Amino acid sequence: MGALGLALVLAVVFGALFADVLSHYNPIKLAVRDRFLPPGFEHLLGTDQLGRDLFARVLHGGRIALWVALVSTSMGLAGGLVLGMAAGYGPRWLDSLLILLLDALRSFPTVMLALALVTLVGPSLGAVVLVVVLAILPSYARVVRAQTLSLKSAEFVLSARALGAPVTRVLGFHILPNIIGPLLILVSMDIPVVITIEAGMSFLGLGVRPPTPSWGSILNDGFAFIRESPWPAIAGGLPIIVATLGFTFLGETLRDEFDPKLRREP
Amino acid sequence: MKQDAPAPVLAVRDLSVDFRTARGRLRALRHVSLDVPRGGIMGLVGESGCGKSTLISAVLGLVAANGEVTSGEIRFDGDDIVAMSPERLRALRGDRLSVVFQDPMTALNPVLSIGTQMTAIQYRTGRSRDERQARAAEMLARVKIPDPKARLAQYPHQFSGGMRQRICIAMALLAEPDLLIADEPTTALDATLEVQVINLLKELQAEFGCSVLFISHHLGVVAELCDQVAVMYAGEVVERGSVRDIFHHAAHPYARKLLECDPGRIRTATRNLPSIPGELPDLAALPQGCIFRARCDRSVERCASEAPAEREVGEGHLAACHVATGAG
Amino acid sequence: MLAYALKRTGLAVIITAVALIMLISMIQIIPGDPAAVLLGPLASPTMRAHFRVEMGLDQPVVIQIARFFGRVVTGDLGTDVLTNRPVLTTVAEQLPFTLALIAMGIVWSAALGVPMGCYAAIHRGSLIDRLAGLLSVSVIAVPSFVIAIYSLLIFSVALGWFPTIGAGENGHLGDQLYHLVLPSLAVGLGWVGYLARIVRASMLEVLGENHIRMARAFGLSEATITYKYALKIAIIPTVVVLGIGIGNMISGAVFAEIVFARPGVGKLIYDSVVTRNYPVVMGAVVVTTGFYVLCTLAADLTAAWLDPRVRQNL
Repeated sequence: MGALGLALVLAVVFGALFADVLSHYNPIKLAVRDRFLPPGFEHLLGTDQLGRDLFARVLHGGRIALWVALVSTSMGLAGGLVLGMAAGYGPRWLDSLLILLLDALRSFPTVMLALALVTLVGPSLGAVVLVVVLAILPSYARVVRAQTLSLKSAEFVLSARALGAPVTRVLGFHILPNIIGPLLILVSMDIPVVITIEAGMSFLGLGVRPPTPSWGSILNDGFAFIRESPWPAIAGGLPIIVATLGFTFLGETLRDEFDPKLRREP
Repeated sequence: MKQDAPAPVLAVRDLSVDFRTARGRLRALRHVSLDVPRGGIMGLVGESGCGKSTLISAVLGLVAANGEVTSGEIRFDGDDIVAMSPERLRALRGDRLSVVFQDPMTALNPVLSIGTQMTAIQYRTGRSRDERQARAAEMLARVKIPDPKARLAQYPHQFSGGMRQRICIAMALLAEPDLLIADEPTTALDATLEVQVINLLKELQAEFGCSVLFISHHLGVVAELCDQVAVMYAGEVVERGSVRDIFHHAAHPYARKLLECDPGRIRTATRNLPSIPGELPDLAALPQGCIFRARCDRSVERCASEAPAEREVGEGHLAACHVATGAG
Repeated sequence: MLAYALKRTGLAVIITAVALIMLISMIQIIPGDPAAVLLGPLASPTMRAHFRVEMGLDQPVVIQIARFFGRVVTGDLGTDVLTNRPVLTTVAEQLPFTLALIAMGIVWSAALGVPMGCYAAIHRGSLIDRLAGLLSVSVIAVPSFVIAIYSLLIFSVALGWFPTIGAGENGHLGDQLYHLVLPSLAVGLGWVGYLARIVRASMLEVLGENHIRMARAFGLSEATITYKYALKIAIIPTVVVLGIGIGNMISGAVFAEIVFARPGVGKLIYDSVVTRNYPVVMGAVVVTTGFYVLCTLAADLTAAWLDPRVRQNL
């Protein structure tokens, strides 16, 4: 399963990075005479309602997906670390307050959060990143908090504090390296979720604006014209399936390898 | 055994059980033989790891998935358990065979009431629900649980450890078994509770007349409760006989040492408690010859090369030793 | 148990309150003029000013929050910009459809996931167990809207087995159920995987415990042991997870309603975002969030009640 996952992930990354090389078609150039062509040699995945090559659009859409994944994961991780460590290490009232805020944030179903936010800021890539960060932040913060709490009373931390180490040193030098492991595993397992949110928002028209291709918007176009031709819808869904399955398989295998405590098998 | 004695309710002959583990093949039981007398109480003593639990699992037909019976037979009232089909075996369990396990705190299902559990095990009796509940309440009264009818509706966590063990005994007796196996029933209880449970077992055995196989590492209790005793060491039965024979004329060096080292026997105050030097052998890499030789103070040359077979050292008194004699 | 229930309910209320505060604060924190965004570029400054006053956007945040709470408590979620009816009415009309969708989704995931998890636990290590595991992971990974569109494509458009649009004729239960099949399957399929995994893990843990060994020693049948003894314990953590799953399914329901052109709160919100019907959007978000908090509360309380140790010691 891990090998398959790795293969799929590499395919996605490779496709995104080398989109221009792999397909000579311009993803946003119109060629209306060639609309709804089925897959063939000329157009590997066919064409959409405006004659644009779907394969090229999918590859470029991969760039958006991966960029969002990278940026929002890093921001979510950073935010989660800060809030989690503050909650775990700081005074009780801060912990209670942060927990309350994070739980409140978690009580919004993700789509509702997306819709509410986009209502206020308008659709854009930035909105997508914001929504994703808000959606994944609470779980990271919780894990960091739990780990920080358990390490707080560990001997090496206590001795560091006894020797007068400032808070930043204790957190950055002693606690952080010990919690980064499980956290990275959690992050890798969340990438499919990030991809899903981005694709979902683009599908609803809440993400990147046309004509920039994003997997979700390709899928939406396909859906709108599903009676004309099934191929655009298939083409839109395919990369999402490949990417989510790939990252999930990879994440599961990584977790089984590196953190047997999280293993679901006894 | 005497010629005119009735057939034993449980006759284990030459039983060997191996486990397949990552470390290799663990030979947990080797050529074990013993007889549980009908209507009597047999004690099985030995340290942790000597194979007592494996023997129980084999008798119940509940050996773990990675274990297998490699030789021998277990004749329960004449029928061989080793060769029995799973359905027949299941029919025996809870009907003619029943068990009291070691840890009362985990032996009962936490989300089902005592009543539900006690009526469930009576499922094959064909009695109505009310009858089963009445029997369960009756049995609870027999094991001296106060206000039994009301307590049937309660859950295990509402009972103390000692009470839970008594409930387990009640459940074991509800089955009206021919053989009751008690696997270290008092190990998890403190001394006062232990006395209560042992007295209870004595009373009930006399009243119901079932045979009991009583496993323990507490020698004092075994001496008080049992008629026959078998001593196990590292997967083998090293000596067996009447309780008199074992406790007063122990033949096998290990059995002797075990009795000497029993804290209950120590008369004079001493700083160093006696113990048996050496360690338990590795069941995956057994030595040649007698299993106890490395720790024995009476071994001879023959012990290193030839594993001793059981031989009679007195009437009805058997020991697996080259040098043992019946005399004290 | 009563003390726990009160405490937990109180917590739920507080969290909902904080969530609503966050919602309103968002309006202030996010840069830009909400009136401009919501009314579009064609609105005149007068219209925007009027909008601001009407929505109370010119007041200090604290006052806004207080006003908002005051109105929510009395059931006033504002007025629908398009139809001029109370938002609560608009939302309440659409809610049953979404609830039906989610309920059916839960039925699917429980009906398929629980037996799958049980079977996998009992036949651990077998080929079926491994296949089930792979399948579980896969359905969790793939987003529900992709499943929705593909199933629409295959089972509706191509094969014609199921209807493509709508919720079915009013009053005709059979027809409505028929229309529910595909959308609810899309919504619930991901959770088949989750439940299967959790049930499997719980069952494996329980089956290894001492009391199960004892039940076997008393000759109880495997069926009794699995369903009456083991599953009863293993199901408890599953109930808790299901409560969280509902939040997930609300998101899935939005997509399913759009893909299958079903009426419901999801479609309502989506249309309202497109038509800039701000009060409806906010009102619907409030209702769904409140619903989600309610579900997790119900799940926690049910789980506590199912375990007699918890029930009596709290």
